[in-house]
Amino acid sequence: MSSVKTETIVSKRPLGTSISRWFGKNLIRIYMFFAFVYLFIPVMYTFVFSFNDSGKSNITWQGFTFEKWLNPCGAPRVCEALGNSIKVGLLATIFSTILGTLIAFAIGRYAFRGRSASNLLIFLPMATPEIVLGASILSLFLVMQVNPGFWPIVIAHVVFCISFVVVTVKARIASLDPRLEQAAMDLYANEFETFRRVTLPLVAPGIAAAALLAFSLSFDDFIITNFNSGTVTTFPEFVYGAAARGIPAQANVIASAVFFVALALVVIGQVVSRKRKVS
Amino acid sequence: MKKISTPYLLLLPGFAFLLTFFVFPILSLAQVSTATPVSGGDIDDFEQTFRFRNYLEAFLDSREHFGRSIVYALLATLIALLISYPLAYALAFKSGKYKNLLLVLVVAPFFTSFLLRTVAWKQILGEEGFVVPPLRSLGLISESTTLTSTAGAVILGMAYNFLPFMTLPLYASIDRIDPRTLEASGDLYANGFTTFRKVTLPLSMPGVVAGTLLTFIPAAGDYVNAELLGGPNNSMIGNVIQTRFLIPDYPTTSALSFMLMAAILIIVTVYIRRAGTDEVV
Repeated sequence: MSSVKTETIVSKRPLGTSISRWFGKNLIRIYMFFAFVYLFIPVMYTFVFSFNDSGKSNITWQGFTFEKWLNPCGAPRVCEALGNSIKVGLLATIFSTILGTLIAFAIGRYAFRGRSASNLLIFLPMATPEIVLGASILSLFLVMQVNPGFWPIVIAHVVFCISFVVVTVKARIASLDPRLEQAAMDLYANEFETFRRVTLPLVAPGIAAAALLAFSLSFDDFIITNFNSGTVTTFPEFVYGAAARGIPAQANVIASAVFFVALALVVIGQVVSRKRKVS
Repeated sequence: MKKISTPYLLLLPGFAFLLTFFVFPILSLAQVSTATPVSGGDIDDFEQTFRFRNYLEAFLDSREHFGRSIVYALLATLIALLISYPLAYALAFKSGKYKNLLLVLVVAPFFTSFLLRTVAWKQILGEEGFVVPPLRSLGLISESTTLTSTAGAVILGMAYNFLPFMTLPLYASIDRIDPRTLEASGDLYANGFTTFRKVTLPLSMPGVVAGTLLTFIPAAGDYVNAELLGGPNNSMIGNVIQTRFLIPDYPTTSALSFMLMAAILIIVTVYIRRAGTDEVV
């Protein structure tokens, strides 16, 4: 009944007014659409040019081919660089997540002397420009006569990932309802059991988010890596090095594949967490 | 006794790591910044002579780059804020059941390599891209005008690359606003603009502060955007530090690094003080 009524009202209005009303109401959604177009232009460009039948440099469109997708390691050293990035990313994620989570529990859970100084020490690496971090860590390795390479990259990545892990996990700890832990204690769980069966499961999503953030920061880092890598090449460094001569389309294939894998992981994670919430 | 020592035990491994690989390197950088080359030594031999003139000379040599870094980074931060605020607002209040999906889409572009996206912009805006030739044939820009190798390209590149650092904190603080406070403001006869100015914006200030800091700091030290999207007249302090480091001229690099950090810390402190105490009118 009511739908018929609104229809007649709308149809009586002049078309121009209803269009402008629609625009007024949906202006922010139209804006959002264009913002997304802007965000995705370089991603689409990278994806489209992964099908380019190009030679060494991938600047102008030469024709469509699946060849680069069938042979993503076809360009020299590109898969080696990808492998290095994955290895560095996994190690940096493991170390920074463990160290950062411990710090987050200390700062988020306890009042102690030096707590504000600890917060400052966590904030400083984030406030330090990457180029300063990279240069300073390399100068330490040079003083200690350690050659830049694989482990120096991992160490440098852990330095800048820790702070982001602490901030992410701390936020999760702060949002916990303290009554849940009190309830566990009331039900005769001891401190360790309460931590294992109540606190940790509740903080776990925060730790997972922090680990994902650490991996993506490490995987995409260029500036700090470039100072500390020596002869080891990560994927961002490969792209940077190739930018002058022309980037092979295989780099676009790998970047696009990483994009879709990451997207799939995030979507699966969301679906799983929603199902858990429902049940 | 046990209760007191627990937080310190938790902090110990992480802080031992940060002291070794963050604090100590920064101190050794300070040490190198006043050193001078050893006469007759190797190219990378420096000795401590407490020559504080290193700072003055480094600054005078590259004050233009310093100025450019600060101005470019401020403009990039402002543009990122203007793009992100409506986007974060729409995500928080206007996206309904697609909220989570749209949030994923905001972050998704950044799953593609930062460098490849910057190179993509370079090629899109470049001479053989699909923007410049049509504009030329329509006569909208002259034959000699380019879109890359300009300050605008560098600034827009940085605004684009650091956008999620702006959007996510903004979204987090806008999403926390109870929509009923906005309704209450409307009930008290505030129009849309007044509600925004007096309710939404002040409540979202933590996100604005966090987002602008997370954008400004990496932008001020960046050299990749300037190198790929800019020309010789757009190089920033990061480019100077990078090239000097390769010479290697460690004293100048270190002095410049410290001045960059000092500049950033001063701007950040002043900004946090103002944003924290002054009411946003």
